[in-house]
Amino acid sequence: MDFGFTDEQTMLGESLARTLERGGDAAALSELGAGLALMTEEAGGFGGSGPDILMVFRTLGRAAAVTPLLDSVVLGAGILSAAGEADLAEAAASGEARIAVALEEPGQRYDGKVSTRAEGERLSGEKSLVPGAEDATHLIVRATDGLWLVEAGAEGLGLRGYALMDGGRAAEVTLMDTPARRIGDAALLDRPLAAAILAVCADALGAMEKAVQLTTDYLKTRKQFGRPIGSFQALQHRMADLLTEVEQARSAVWNLAGNLDTADRDRHVAATKSLLGRVALYVAEETIQLHGGIGMTEEYELAPLARRLLAADARFGDSDHHLERFIAASAA
Amino acid sequence: MDMSFSPDDQAFRAEVRQFLKDRLPARLSEKVRLQQELTKDEIEEWHAVLNEKGWLAGNWPVEFGGAGWTAIQRHIFEEESALAHAPRILPFGIAMLGPVLQKFGSKEQQDRFLPRILNGQDWWCQGYSEPGAGSDLASVKTTAVRDGDDYIVNGQKTWTTLGQHANWIFCLVRTDPTAKAQEGISFLLIDMTSPGITVRPIVLLDGTPEVNEVFFDDVRVPTENLVGEENKGWTYAKYLLTHERTNIAGVGFATAGLAALKRVARAQQAQGKPLIENPLFAARLAEIEIDLMAMATTNLRMLAQAAAGQVPGAESSMLKLKGTQIRQAINDLTRRAVGPWALAFPSEALEGANDDLPPGPPEAAAATRAYLNNRKLSIYGGSNEIQRGIIAKSLLGL
Repeated sequence: MDFGFTDEQTMLGESLARTLERGGDAAALSELGAGLALMTEEAGGFGGSGPDILMVFRTLGRAAAVTPLLDSVVLGAGILSAAGEADLAEAAASGEARIAVALEEPGQRYDGKVSTRAEGERLSGEKSLVPGAEDATHLIVRATDGLWLVEAGAEGLGLRGYALMDGGRAAEVTLMDTPARRIGDAALLDRPLAAAILAVCADALGAMEKAVQLTTDYLKTRKQFGRPIGSFQALQHRMADLLTEVEQARSAVWNLAGNLDTADRDRHVAATKSLLGRVALYVAEETIQLHGGIGMTEEYELAPLARRLLAADARFGDSDHHLERFIAASAA
Repeated sequence: MDMSFSPDDQAFRAEVRQFLKDRLPARLSEKVRLQQELTKDEIEEWHAVLNEKGWLAGNWPVEFGGAGWTAIQRHIFEEESALAHAPRILPFGIAMLGPVLQKFGSKEQQDRFLPRILNGQDWWCQGYSEPGAGSDLASVKTTAVRDGDDYIVNGQKTWTTLGQHANWIFCLVRTDPTAKAQEGISFLLIDMTSPGITVRPIVLLDGTPEVNEVFFDDVRVPTENLVGEENKGWTYAKYLLTHERTNIAGVGFATAGLAALKRVARAQQAQGKPLIENPLFAARLAEIEIDLMAMATTNLRMLAQAAAGQVPGAESSMLKLKGTQIRQAINDLTRRAVGPWALAFPSEALEGANDDLPPGPPEAAAATRAYLNNRKLSIYGGSNEIQRGIIAKSLLGL
């Protein structure tokens, strides 16, 4: 039994953290090979396992970094690779191409209902909350009969962009007789989507760890009534509960990372995402409260972390959605 | 990262499972499954079976007659035992006193007491808490005053679990009333048949006399029964408490409890359907199961760290906190699952012997008792508030 990382994974995590500290952008991350670390060897990368994804995204979460790695690589390149689109998958992993994945449709919550249709080689419909759509070179669109590839700037493709809570951007996408190429069945989504959920959970874990670290430092240095506020038992006990829940989140992420490619994957996806969503909200709320007024300000480092934690719950199904999936998977 | 057990550990698990299948009497496992109280004889019977196999003291080194298991082997044994509804091994002699005698006891004390723990001649109980010394254990007031080759002991211990069956008690006593709280305490072994000892049962709110008060009135204890040095007892007490914290997460108990809860929820009907299909109930159940999956992995991570030679710090306090929260949540949901049958409350201690079977499914009466009894989980072994203090201190250092 071994819950550690390989030397390569540890080294990648460390150099990634250093690059992010220096303010490294997407190009710097590509240069480091962060994208290739998220792809298996068959897909032209040098990683792609659960622990690889865990290491990269926990590091990104700690730095509250906004990158295309989740949508363009884990999800986008993952789907392309599963579909046999090796060249475009490698281009996405190395950062030469940018993929946006259009799964949701307006008003469907997390139900995954799709009404976008193909007629011949053309797609029509509306997709919602498509992260990275404005910067994408290609869109993967889920339609009623499977997955389709659409090139940026294609005829009849409309984008209405907006900011997201975690610092990224997304768009509402309209397709009107837009030229497209079918790349495979929706079942190709299974593993890439599970990997993307692991990535979101690992990212949230990193954000929680950083939020806890900020809070710890604050409780030690902030003085009221002539003493550090961390000396007050009311705050100490809240801090202890916080730490205990983050430990639960850490183990849940390990469970999913260790089961990403086992027969028990779906049950672990549901369990981990449900627990992470629940703990993420709790950590966001508690770390703001423990800071007091300063925790409310945009200027302070906690703000993007707290929003990132809220975003993690809302992405790919919230804690209630995955609780229901867990119940269904347990009954099966 | 490799979350599977080694081939050796898997083989060990298979061996334990087979042993339990062959040697655990169904009459005992059935009582444990229904959370009925075991008699003294029944507990001793299971101890004897384990001792014959050499498995009674998994945590003791082989030189003292233990099995010398690794932390992971002990975890496997505890988990399989809980899943098979084996009686739990009494912790007082095996988990608590044994390690203290092995580390701090004299050769004579080791030779005299350790074999008697294994072969069942002695039943030990713990004389730590007092009416005025609970979480603040170092404030014990029971005194031991030197008189020739004896100590004269006066005072009172309380919450003495199963003390009604014990013939020996290990006690923290004050030998230097002038010293600072922690520095005047000694660790004394006392024969419960000594004149001047009175044991009075305390009936708990689950209706069982599980714990006792023990009164000492001029009790003579030979000085040879002092463990280690006089006034160094606090060191030994703390060492004992670290051993009390092994298996602190109770993963096996929780796993067995969850399986029992699911059986009840499948059998109970609510609005014409099995209760387990009720969405509100299913959600409560699923949250507990998800928490347990994560906590079990935390436990394994700590075991793997221990196997790699690292000393656990605040993690064992987190396991106590989360482990007891999960077990209490399981008890709570089981009590809810039996619905109105939870009202039946047969208690020999409260109403005298009564052979009438309570109404409802056999789990029903046990569900209320277990719920009430396990309120203790967050109080004993260092209350959960004490654990929160330890966690915060390790993080904040304030």
